[in-house]
Amino acid sequence: MENLLDSWGLTVITFSPLLGALVMFLLPKEKEQEHKVIALVTSIWVAFVGLILLIWFDLDATDRLQYVVDKSWIEAIHSRYVVGLDGISLPLVLLTVLIVPLCIVYSWNHFPEPKNPKTFLILILVLETGMIGTFVAQDMVLFFVFFEVVLLPMFFMIAVWGGPNRRYASLKFFLYTLFGSALMLVSFLSLFFLTGAESFVFTEIADNVVANAVSRTAQLWIFGGMFLGFGIKVPMFPFHTWLPDAHTEAPTVGSVILAAVLLKLGTYGFVRIAIPLLPEAAVEWAPWIGLLAVIGIIYGAFCCLAQTDMKRLIAFSSVAHMGFVMLGISTLTDFGINAAIMGMVAHGLITGMLFFLAGSMKERYHTLEIKRLGGLLVQAPKMGWILGFCAMASLGLPGLAGFWGEFPAILSAYNPANGLPVETFRTFMVVAALGTVLAAGYLLWLLQRAAFGTPKDEFAEDPNIHDTTKTEWIAWAPLLALILALGIYPNLVFRTTDGAVDASLTPCLTIDVNKLSHEEIKSAHCPEVYGLEDHDSDHHAASKGS
Amino acid sequence: MTSNLVIVAFERPAIDWHAVAPEIVLLSVGVLVTLLDILFLEKARPYMAALSGLGILATAIPLLTLGIDGNDRILFDGAYVVDDFSLVLKAVFLLAGYVVVLLSTNYIVDGDYWESEYYGLLLASLMGMVMMASSRDLISVFVALELLSIPAYLMVAWRKRDPKSNEAGLKYYLMGVFASAVMLYGMSLLFGVSGTTVLSGIADSIQSGNASSSVMTLGIVFVVAGFAFKVSAVPFHTWAPDVYEGAPTPVTAFLSVSSKTAGFVALLALIFVGFYELSNVWEPLIWVLSALSMTVGNLIALRQKNIVRLMAYSGVAQTGFMIAPLAVAGHSLTTGDQALSAVITYLAIYAAMNLGAFAVIITLARRTGTAEIDSFAGAFHFAPGLTVAMTIFLFSLAGIPPLGGWFAKFEVFRVLATAGETWGYLLAVVAAINSVIALFYYASIARKMWADESAGVDLNQVDITPSLVSALGICVIVTLLFGIFPQLVARFTEVSLLALGA
Repeated sequence: MENLLDSWGLTVITFSPLLGALVMFLLPKEKEQEHKVIALVTSIWVAFVGLILLIWFDLDATDRLQYVVDKSWIEAIHSRYVVGLDGISLPLVLLTVLIVPLCIVYSWNHFPEPKNPKTFLILILVLETGMIGTFVAQDMVLFFVFFEVVLLPMFFMIAVWGGPNRRYASLKFFLYTLFGSALMLVSFLSLFFLTGAESFVFTEIADNVVANAVSRTAQLWIFGGMFLGFGIKVPMFPFHTWLPDAHTEAPTVGSVILAAVLLKLGTYGFVRIAIPLLPEAAVEWAPWIGLLAVIGIIYGAFCCLAQTDMKRLIAFSSVAHMGFVMLGISTLTDFGINAAIMGMVAHGLITGMLFFLAGSMKERYHTLEIKRLGGLLVQAPKMGWILGFCAMASLGLPGLAGFWGEFPAILSAYNPANGLPVETFRTFMVVAALGTVLAAGYLLWLLQRAAFGTPKDEFAEDPNIHDTTKTEWIAWAPLLALILALGIYPNLVFRTTDGAVDASLTPCLTIDVNKLSHEEIKSAHCPEVYGLEDHDSDHHAASKGS
Repeated sequence: MTSNLVIVAFERPAIDWHAVAPEIVLLSVGVLVTLLDILFLEKARPYMAALSGLGILATAIPLLTLGIDGNDRILFDGAYVVDDFSLVLKAVFLLAGYVVVLLSTNYIVDGDYWESEYYGLLLASLMGMVMMASSRDLISVFVALELLSIPAYLMVAWRKRDPKSNEAGLKYYLMGVFASAVMLYGMSLLFGVSGTTVLSGIADSIQSGNASSSVMTLGIVFVVAGFAFKVSAVPFHTWAPDVYEGAPTPVTAFLSVSSKTAGFVALLALIFVGFYELSNVWEPLIWVLSALSMTVGNLIALRQKNIVRLMAYSGVAQTGFMIAPLAVAGHSLTTGDQALSAVITYLAIYAAMNLGAFAVIITLARRTGTAEIDSFAGAFHFAPGLTVAMTIFLFSLAGIPPLGGWFAKFEVFRVLATAGETWGYLLAVVAAINSVIALFYYASIARKMWADESAGVDLNQVDITPSLVSALGICVIVTLLFGIFPQLVARFTEVSLLALGA
């Protein structure tokens, strides 16, 4: 069993959704019930495979790629089909395989206009293949292909099933992302060429960057290309403008998948590719990334305060939350990046849940304009409480998942990696901490306006407004449970990520200069950029003085 | 002098019959089509399309045996060469030609146009292309070029009752002849300074430094400009939109794929076999042509309302992409080889996706009776299958994985980045920005088809004929396969022309 899983597990989990989609493609459109069943069974099967992969996963060696498959793919360009799973990928893959079946359950009886469950579900399954593939790919070209595969289904999901402004939003989403990924591809290729690597496999490229001493300028440019590619996807300020439009217009399920998984592709790209492969360039870029991250936190929060539409508000809160994730990443420390991955998972669960709620409320009220809402707790108390719960989780209340994404990320900025300007990052820390106050402000205000008080006259007698239905409970319960579980026991995530994150960072970033002797630091042979020499002499001067 | 010529009796050069077997089969079919028409008139007409299609497939058989044999065959003192490069491109021409026959079948019948002559000319033009793939001499290049162009001038004007088609034919003819004249002048200069018409001979004279480099430069510029016309690169693209719009749509498909490929093949042979050493002349020229074609083609395509005109401008932009690797091909021999395979890969994939797009356009136009983009609105509701197919082709043209086009674009980027030159990187960035602009109009069409309300066009209940279905099927399958398993195409396009020159 284990052997079979070793060689086939990741391939099965990646391509099963595609197989399901193919079967559905061949069935006529009229057989709606069959389509729904096939899609659900496929996604549950994928989740099951994900569970098996988790069970067999060796948690004591999370830094090691497991279930690795290495097969020839495009020999002509030295690109290989290499997939593997380590502690960084695992939580994100699990998040994906969890979210997709829940989305299918949620849409069971209410497909957005213009219905057509067949195409809608096919798109979701294709999307799932792209998302899982991106998280397990270990070859740059393979990664790029999967990274792009997610674009098409999402584009159509927004363009066909979206809100009134869907035409604009869908194209904007597509163009922004493609612009980034085209430059990202140029970066990948230049890196491949400059390193003279034998293949596009991440580890191989990483080894060759060190061995062949790619020039500093080239590294900076290449990192810049990747920064655009991943940064647009995250999205970071000032590339975030596609996100509110896409979220507002997308159908509920589209918003959920977008928030829960697609945004993580960008941050994952930083953690998996940009930083491990180009650590020296990362050190030089990190203060700027950190700056954009905190701008995103504050700007996102202010935008939230100004929104009149609930869904748009949640979308802008994503900008702010992804700011925290990026702040954690920009510290380049083990602590910060662990926090960032936790932040990704937590944001996926919480914001996914908030978008589900927004969708359900839209269905009942036919509007999400905040000033027309109110009294949700009176008319649909259970849903009101769920909204309260998610708002609390989102603002980072200790004991719920959101806290473990936000708080350590802020804390990690107190002590960034070697070579980063400490004062700058401590300033970021203070600003980001202010951001959490703003987050509490906009979320509580939203809760107050939407859930408290008495229902507005126009909805007071509306029979359409009823409490949470059974399908909603089925779709939401796992998310709510996980938000609580991760809040109480965050080690569920940290345990898997810690080893892998530590292994992905070069020792030069994490050496503790205050604990090691002069010789030990010197023996690490770290380039100037990490500033170890300076630290070292300071340290010595200090010790001499005393 | 005159007596000498008389005395030397004409001696037939030794001919490797196996090497020219594909050409002979193709020629026989062409002659057969014409003869049958003369002999049987109306009675033979229904069988002409099938006969031409079968003839094209039959031509592929000697091609296969040559491929299995695998030896390079050099004929006529190097003027005609059968090597891997030529075989791969002949195969592309034949497959594309076959699809064009499938596309033409009902179009020509329904329009009540001359049928037998059409296929005769199509086969003649195809013959010119197949010859072009082997031509390594200024004269054989020129003969092949005229052989493929002249029938095309006629075919463009085939919708004879439509003034637009006549205008297109005349325009194409005049511009084509003008370009030929420019090119021929360039060739005369090249012949004048090098004393030979064989491309490898020209390469030798460049290498030895005997030839005057300024005249040589002028010659190269004229020849490249002539072929820039054929491949519709900016600023030699102005004929394309009008001709594409006026011509019968299957002919447009033929021009945009086969004719363009033939232009590229000649350009590749000239550059890699003939002018390779003078890369400082043609590299900047190609760089400018490439950047201009991408940018101008894309920007004008944004404003088009007619799908065929849009495809014309998108074709101009695609030319910019295809030509881009040549802008750094002179960097080193390895880069040169990579650039060559990148261009051929692009041509092969482009043939599948562009023919596919035209197949959808032809099929949809049969139902809506118009080629306005607005008439495509809501196609998802009245023609879901075609919409899915068109989506595949459009996003493949845009270069979105996992559809074939991504690998074509990827190869271009790879060569540009691998050269490691500032100009290469710069062109890569221009190309990256242009992929985004191109996506805008490709995605807009797809969005219109999927998301918009139908514009209320009257739909004819014309059934989609089996030949169109097979054409679509071939293109969809090839586009998807090349995208998911690029090695399928890459293993055939790893050819070299430089080893031969050296």
